[in-house]
Amino acid sequence: MTPLQTWLAVLGGAAACYLTKLVGHRVPSHWLTDPRVARISGLVTVALLAALVGVQTFTHGSALTVDARLVALGVAAVALALRAPFIVVVVLAAVVAAVLRAVT
Amino acid sequence: MADSPADRAPHDDPATDAVPPADPVAERRRAVRQAISISIATGLYGISFGALAVAAGLTVLQTQALSVLMFTGGSQFAFVGVIGAGGGGVAAAATAALLGARNALYGAVMAPRLGVHGPRRLLAAHLTIDESTAVATAQRDPDAGRAGFWWAGAGVFVLWNAFTLAGALVGNALGDPSRWGLDAAAGAAFLGLLWPRLASRSARLVAAGAIVVALALTPVTPAGVPVLAAALVAVAVGWRAPSPGGTAGAPDAPPGGPAPAAGGAS
Repeated sequence: MTPLQTWLAVLGGAAACYLTKLVGHRVPSHWLTDPRVARISGLVTVALLAALVGVQTFTHGSALTVDARLVALGVAAVALALRAPFIVVVVLAAVVAAVLRAVT
Repeated sequence: MADSPADRAPHDDPATDAVPPADPVAERRRAVRQAISISIATGLYGISFGALAVAAGLTVLQTQALSVLMFTGGSQFAFVGVIGAGGGGVAAAATAALLGARNALYGAVMAPRLGVHGPRRLLAAHLTIDESTAVATAQRDPDAGRAGFWWAGAGVFVLWNAFTLAGALVGNALGDPSRWGLDAAAGAAFLGLLWPRLASRSARLVAAGAIVVALALTPVTPAGVPVLAAALVAVAVGWRAPSPGGTAGAPDAPPGGPAPAAGGAS
């Protein structure tokens, strides 16, 4: 992407996110608190985050791969299960991957 | 404010109640304290966002623009995740927008509680994120709820932006992202945002299905598309109301609207 295209994406994405928040404040609340809308919205968040976990961990370009990132993700999952703070989980995963790459 | 004891009765819970319920000043102070601690915890992981954003190829200024203007952590991480995986600008912006859809529900929950109009409503909309909604809805006293919203919203905004800048500068200085394991940190960051949302069985089902769909599409579609397509799994599962027998004991949607995961995505 050119720098201009990146800037357009940054500003366009930011505008879309702000308008989404504003819509919530402006429309009659019963439109959005419909159980199906609330349910799907919550699950869309789960689906996108899960897909991003998968893509960030198992892909390289358009190829599926298994490498140090999988071990790092496993360590992150254990840290999350032990209720470690977010920043600790992220740093731990980076350290595990960096160390594995340095020694292999 | 000035509620009669009868008004409060349904909310009273002796097990969790350390503060006398009839003291609005104490309730407000407690809400502000919660807001400040959540702001610090959330602001700190702005460091990881800043570092991951420059690792994905954004400039420091573009990274900062996301934290100032987009200001919803999950969407910001998703945006740089799609860019980092080679996706185009449209896919990145669309993924960020979809991930921010829950903020509309938070806005619908907060609008009647805040009761603001004009410029203050425009500002309230910008500060409508997981953390501000979570602190506000956790308060029993309406005034404490409003204080919690504004303090958490403003506190997260200031610290999230300050630590984004710190992270972007550190990330710039580090150079090659994979040498420092920053590519692995991105996966861990998304897992950390996902973790508090996996309480229900249908959420875990959607998460597993979304990973399968995204990985299956990766070799055959342009970068960015697999993540967007995975959202269809959520629509497919969420469209059908949970059958009363099938999910007994594991309610998917708590009564009273959407429940933001405090300490999760901002």
